[in-house]
Amino acid sequence: MVLHRLLRACVSTGLTILLGGLFAATLARFAPGFGVDEREFDPRRGVASLQDLRARRQAVGNIVSYYGGYLARMAQGDLGVSQSLGRPVAELLAERLPVTAKAAGAGLLLGWLPGLLLALATCRPSKTLDLAAGVLSALLLCLPSAVVALALLFAAPTGLRPSVAVGVAVAIVVFPRVLRFARGILGQVAVAPHVQMASAKGVGPYRILIAHILGPALPSLLALAGVSISVAFGAAIPVEVITDSPGIGQLAWQAALQRDVALLTSLGILVTTITVAANSLAGVVQDCLRQETA
Amino acid sequence: MKRRAFLLILACGILCGVVAAATIGPQSGGELRFCVRADPKTFNPILVEEEPGETVRYLTGGVLIRLNRITQELEPELAMSWRVINGGRTIQFELRDGLRYSDGSALAASDVAFTMNTLLDPKLHSITGDMFRTGPGLISAGVTGRNKIEITFPQPVAGLARFFDQVPVVSPRALALAAQPAQMPVAGPYRIEEYKPGSHVLLVRNPYYWKRDAAGHPLPYLDRVRISIQQNRDLEMLRFLRGELDFVVPVDPESFDRLAAHARAEAVDAGSSLDAEFIWFNQVASAPIPAYKKAWFQSQEFRRAISEAINREDICRVVYRKHAVPAAGPVSAANRFWFNSRLKAQPHDPAAALARLKQAGFRTVGGGLQDRQGNPVEFSLITNSGNKTRERMAAMMQQDLAGIGIKLNVVPLDFPSLLERISRSFNYEASMLGFVNVDLDPNGQMNVWVSSAEMHQWNPSQKSPATAWEAEIDRLMLAQSSELGPRKRKALFDRVQEIVWEEAPFVYLVNPNALSAISTRLKNVQPSVLRPQTFWNVERLTLAP
Amino acid sequence: MSSLRRLAMLILVLVYAAGLAANWLAPAHYAAQFRDAPDAAPSRKFPLGTDAVGRDVLSRLIYGTRVSLVLAPAAAILATMVAGLLGGVAGYLGGGMEAVILRAADLFVSLPWLFLLITVRAMLPLNVPPVESVLVTFLLLGLLGWAGPARVVGATARVIRRQDFVLQARASGSGGFRLLALHVLPNLKPILLAQFWISVPVFILSEANLGFLGLGVGEPVPSWGGLLREIENVQAVAANPWLLAPLALLVVVVGCFHLLTPPEDYSK
Repeated sequence: MVLHRLLRACVSTGLTILLGGLFAATLARFAPGFGVDEREFDPRRGVASLQDLRARRQAVGNIVSYYGGYLARMAQGDLGVSQSLGRPVAELLAERLPVTAKAAGAGLLLGWLPGLLLALATCRPSKTLDLAAGVLSALLLCLPSAVVALALLFAAPTGLRPSVAVGVAVAIVVFPRVLRFARGILGQVAVAPHVQMASAKGVGPYRILIAHILGPALPSLLALAGVSISVAFGAAIPVEVITDSPGIGQLAWQAALQRDVALLTSLGILVTTITVAANSLAGVVQDCLRQETA
Repeated sequence: MKRRAFLLILACGILCGVVAAATIGPQSGGELRFCVRADPKTFNPILVEEEPGETVRYLTGGVLIRLNRITQELEPELAMSWRVINGGRTIQFELRDGLRYSDGSALAASDVAFTMNTLLDPKLHSITGDMFRTGPGLISAGVTGRNKIEITFPQPVAGLARFFDQVPVVSPRALALAAQPAQMPVAGPYRIEEYKPGSHVLLVRNPYYWKRDAAGHPLPYLDRVRISIQQNRDLEMLRFLRGELDFVVPVDPESFDRLAAHARAEAVDAGSSLDAEFIWFNQVASAPIPAYKKAWFQSQEFRRAISEAINREDICRVVYRKHAVPAAGPVSAANRFWFNSRLKAQPHDPAAALARLKQAGFRTVGGGLQDRQGNPVEFSLITNSGNKTRERMAAMMQQDLAGIGIKLNVVPLDFPSLLERISRSFNYEASMLGFVNVDLDPNGQMNVWVSSAEMHQWNPSQKSPATAWEAEIDRLMLAQSSELGPRKRKALFDRVQEIVWEEAPFVYLVNPNALSAISTRLKNVQPSVLRPQTFWNVERLTLAP
Repeated sequence: MSSLRRLAMLILVLVYAAGLAANWLAPAHYAAQFRDAPDAAPSRKFPLGTDAVGRDVLSRLIYGTRVSLVLAPAAAILATMVAGLLGGVAGYLGGGMEAVILRAADLFVSLPWLFLLITVRAMLPLNVPPVESVLVTFLLLGLLGWAGPARVVGATARVIRRQDFVLQARASGSGGFRLLALHVLPNLKPILLAQFWISVPVFILSEANLGFLGLGVGEPVPSWGGLLREIENVQAVAANPWLLAPLALLVVVVGCFHLLTPPEDYSK
């Protein structure tokens, strides 16, 4: 039974990841501007050079057979060469993924900790706290995160790495979402009958919070955690572009503007893998918790 | 005894100082720091196509002839002399004695032949090589004596000598090592020491560089050049203000004025650049736009009226903060020799524009302009999004044209989508872009003016000229490209500029000024409007302590 | 109604009313260019200064209310409804259907929708009226914004499905769509409200970024997102802090939206 479920999970995960790569490649291939290279507009370029450039850009052809070829090469560790940057895709990803992962990871931590703590604190009715939480999350939701990252770089003393600014910007995106959703989730559990019963029986507020509110809310919070990983990566992309942080976000933007199918296919697979892995992990932990309580 | 020892040490110290001063030269040492927008795609000097690569090539490549960016005259470099003979088909060089690459190996005349043969290899598709291709046939490049080389082209190449400003001499060994840039021997003032993708390129002094200053000190003065890779211009400017960079070029007008407000000496306006901003109308017969709009765009009166309705002075004053001049045509006044000084920028005259339109059959109905068939005059203008200057110019033109009853819809598009519309689908009505002119000579614009060319933007790749004036431009451009006498060439190209002014296939808007931010620490800088504007004389730059 | 909620309501009414009465309230037309005063500081003539081509910022802020404060909440409602429906169905049904919907959500979140947006722009005529362009923009935002929250909604719906009152309703003979509509979906309200409050400012900001692709509000029609793009120039903001006025107003408005639904209402 367990093996069967595991097999089904693996197949659905694998299929989702493959579809992610295929759709990313298809969207890029059929987007307007594919096959056009701004280098064509250099007036120094002769006719033969122009034709050669165009032929190289159109080399993708049928997208399904291109993707099939891509997967066959990927099985041998070859992710192709980026047309826009002229370097192996695998090399580019190996260089840039750690930068984004560190920034997104730091941002998640910085966003989750205060967000969850504040959400827990608002489980005890307090108009002041509620107002403060509302104003804070409204302010942070309205702030363009990329601008905050830029402002940090401008205000900070010399030597602040762009990835630090990216981390803070990701935290600014994640925190209000965690606060809002967590408040909703925890708030709903807080008014459940079992909590009222525990309170009536004299259970202390902190024990109620941890055992009777946080516990039942954990599955939903885990789902939120899984989603926030993809939110964090998604938030990192535009911020990396604006702050010149050399992560996969900047790479993705450059690839998108150049319609670089090889790079975009690999990035599509990578981002889908991260999203699916995060959510699947959250799902597995939820299932384990459910089995424990059952 | 002690006194004698002290005096001896003192004398030695003085002697060392004198020797050091004699060998190192005044104010030597230090690191020049600036940014480029993207990683160089290649370090192979034959295949370089984009600005970051050209920057590295300029700093590391030894060329036969160098264009002085201030006087706009050619000066000898690796070649101590040259001669163009045989009706512009042949050029002869005599190299200097004792030239070496950065690894100490000798630079021979055969390397020049190798460079030219590789450059013009049709399989490589080098755009530097494309500049020399004026017709079919092969070139021959051969050594004719000690340090002498002769290169013969199948067709005359007008302005032949100046092309060599962009051709660094390379050896077979250098090309073989192009993928390992730190190992590649070069003949320029610097060689590549380190390349970190996404971060920087570090160049160090070439110890075998041939050039010396008037006092005999070896050049370059500066030890290193650090080229950082920075896309965000605001961050680049921030780094400059913090003293992390020595110059920033180009600088947008807003940042320039802010810099000038608190550090006047560092904000340098070198005057009108070679670049131009312009709009054009889609005149492609097969374009998927309504026939009545094609009729408007193909009408000279319509195009001239639009040109008259646009307030270029306001654009220069508001968008460029007076750091631009209204443009008269394809050549700016900064191009001293080729500029047709008889041409003036179209003055803003909405009344004249309306009169011209009425003459062409348009009429004003209820505040809006209509053509003969009653179609309201409304068209879209595409431009590349993210370019605030162009978006602001478009907003101003929108109001200018509204003043004569024309509705202009501004549509910013991402660059590939825009390029696709103007070169493949031709699904657009009007477009606004800019020319970045790297070449003074009009031959660099052949692919724009000749009607059969791909970059003849308003109606590219014509099998035969669609209009008499385009046929005339074709004739004039081909004539000037094979004419060797500069005065005759100028007369021919002056006429091209006049036709363009009359027919307005491109409605030229402004020539922006060449704005840069230069640290006061950087000495011997002579900012130019020609690229590379700030470091064209890099070997003579110094840094104050 | 508490005094704070009354104040929030009043502010929102005033802001919406100002947008509706823009033709009378705004000191100048949103497109009027005062070319002798570009980037002007606040003054009696221009209370919030002017932009780079001399347009009065206060006038553009007032007119921009019509676009941003009507369409962004509408798009947020659409995204929330789709997330609620799909997430709710996924969590309620469980099993294979849940897996399919949630995997589809994962895929949706991962894909580079930039290209879809570019393709939509390519399909629209170049001379599309600003109203249509704006509607398409916000429709797209609404349709693309469901995937992230759908997972959270699904997880919550799964929890609700197992609660006693649902079991009791099932035992009483309620099932299928009735159970979903009457017992599960209403209990998703806190999550859906949270999603809505988050989406409104996000969509206002996203509209500004879509201008980069040729979507968004066409010149010269103003929007709050377009005005907020100006604050990307951090140095300009440092020198001219009044450029933050649109941001301040957006924070106030979003804060007011939040204040109108205090937490004690979640239980109802």
